[in-house]
Amino acid sequence: MSAVAPAGPRPVRPVGDLVIAIEGVTKLYRMGTETIHALRGVSLEIHRNEYLAVMGPSGSGKSTLMNMLGCLDTPTAGRYEFTGKNVAAMSDDELAEIRNREIGFVFQTFNLLPRADALRNVELPLVYGGVRPEERRERARQALENVGLGDRVHHRPNELSGGQRQRVAIARALVNRPAIILADEPTGNLDSQTGVEIMALFEELYAQGNTLIVVTHEEDIARHARRIVRLRDGLIESDRTA
Amino acid sequence: MAYELTESFRIAFEQLRVHKLRSVLTALGVIIGIVAVTLMGTAIRGIDIGFENSMAMLGNDILYVQKWPWFNVEDWWNYSNRPAVLTRLSEPLNRIIASTPNSELEVAVPIAGMSMTVKAGGNQLGGVQVGGTSADFGRIMVADFETGRLFTAAEADAGRAVCVLGYDVAHNLFPGRSALDQTVQLQGGHNFTVIGILARQGDFLGLISFDNQALIPLRAYNKFYGWRRGGELQVKVKDKTRMPQAIDELTGDMRRVRGQLPGERDNFSINQQDAFREELAPIRRGIALGGLFVTGLALFVGAIGIMNITFVSVKERTKEIGTRKALGARRRTILLQFLIEAVSICLVGGAIGLVLTFGVCLAVGRMMPSLPFQLSPGLVLIGLAVSVFTGVFAGFAPALGASRLDPVEALRYE
Repeated sequence: MSAVAPAGPRPVRPVGDLVIAIEGVTKLYRMGTETIHALRGVSLEIHRNEYLAVMGPSGSGKSTLMNMLGCLDTPTAGRYEFTGKNVAAMSDDELAEIRNREIGFVFQTFNLLPRADALRNVELPLVYGGVRPEERRERARQALENVGLGDRVHHRPNELSGGQRQRVAIARALVNRPAIILADEPTGNLDSQTGVEIMALFEELYAQGNTLIVVTHEEDIARHARRIVRLRDGLIESDRTA
Repeated sequence: MAYELTESFRIAFEQLRVHKLRSVLTALGVIIGIVAVTLMGTAIRGIDIGFENSMAMLGNDILYVQKWPWFNVEDWWNYSNRPAVLTRLSEPLNRIIASTPNSELEVAVPIAGMSMTVKAGGNQLGGVQVGGTSADFGRIMVADFETGRLFTAAEADAGRAVCVLGYDVAHNLFPGRSALDQTVQLQGGHNFTVIGILARQGDFLGLISFDNQALIPLRAYNKFYGWRRGGELQVKVKDKTRMPQAIDELTGDMRRVRGQLPGERDNFSINQQDAFREELAPIRRGIALGGLFVTGLALFVGAIGIMNITFVSVKERTKEIGTRKALGARRRTILLQFLIEAVSICLVGGAIGLVLTFGVCLAVGRMMPSLPFQLSPGLVLIGLAVSVFTGVFAGFAPALGASRLDPVEALRYE
């Protein structure tokens, strides 16, 4: 598989196995006496090696959907299957295991541990996954090289630029070879030039066969994706494949 | 699981490193608690060892027939009217013992003594406890001879002017040279030849020095210093596991010697070292209770402090907890992380406390070498175990809270 996405017209890829299947998912929040319907019945299917953007204004249920997709939260009602497993019925620890093995998170604020160097940050999911220390270090180093930070492994977050920090976070998301990479406004804290670089990296990851879900409110960012899902008032407004 | 543990320890020590001052201040209560518990333990142990050493000087198979009981003198007028225990009672008493079949008693040794000044050459020493006794003393004495011997029965019967000196007496009167075969002058200008010197024995409960004594034949003592004031009889028991029977027998024998009528109260006391033991128990209990109270209070306050700082730590790192959960940290991983953090603070406090206690022990040992004041390995273990327990106790609530955080909420926390 090529490391760099080819320029020009994108090749049409055969759609892979079903990774995520959501059907009729609702989510209610109780805020004092008020009940907030964050999701009002969302159905969505995501296959392996898709590049999907989730868009919507604030209050559209975008964040709730992202938390649901990331197995950080479970639906109030509806069906959610992750690679065939019923997430809705899972315990906290089972969800943690799914997050550890199957989901790579990329946050807007990077969420790196400030006192740990890049290598240790990237190692963290492997620590929780019970991988041996030597193998852990090797895989973390490899992941950092894949995002172009092979020479920064022992730098701490405060010794890195914003773009480099986000690359560390992406390496961390990749290190356990997850089924999906879930990015929440990945360029939100970066200048536009760096944002472009990060999106180029995503393009590369997509070309390598990864499944990407990017949650954003920026059209420029969403345009990189092959499929755009728009939410409004807790419902899917549109779901278009480019 | 093992990797999660090492990760937790790593985080804990990182936190300690970053928040040195905060950690030490927080651990202050634990430090005080550990110092209290280990010092208390050391003190009790020191008292026990010192006590046993002193008891060994008394001899654990010796009964003391005296006018006064050692403890529990309430109606003292009853005792003060008693006749003195005259040393010559030892002769009839020994006859009775010898004629009793299967006697529990071995021998009764008479001892009379007084404090006096002893001179030799140009030196003189005040407050020496000079005792007159029989050659039978050799059968009950606990101390060893540094050099020389005790007077023989022949010497004792003849009332010869020979003496045995305690370690301090010999070495203070004859500094740098042997006292053996030298002459010492006892009170009243009586000269005695030194025939033996006792090995060092140490203090009795830190009160009386057994090294500051001298022994002369009872007959010589009576001649120069009189017999009317009486003294005591030290009676050796054959089997120290049968003390009560021995005391019963001795009481009967003494009443016979004294010619007491049935129903009359004993006009003598039979003392034994167990009386000291009974006196010591409440002192030990007092120290233990006081120590436990201080320890408990300090540890409780310390635990509250550590609980508080762990709550702060959880609050400060809510977002980090969210991130860790997103990356796959399980509940117990987060729980362990913060528990280990709290325990680490306590262990650091415990270690500091142990070092302080060790320092105190060294200082006390230097100032009072006779006190057996030493930190034992068992106490170190107890100190560390108490630290760990405090950490678990203090850290549990905040750590449980952290482990139960909703990852979505935690990630959103700023």
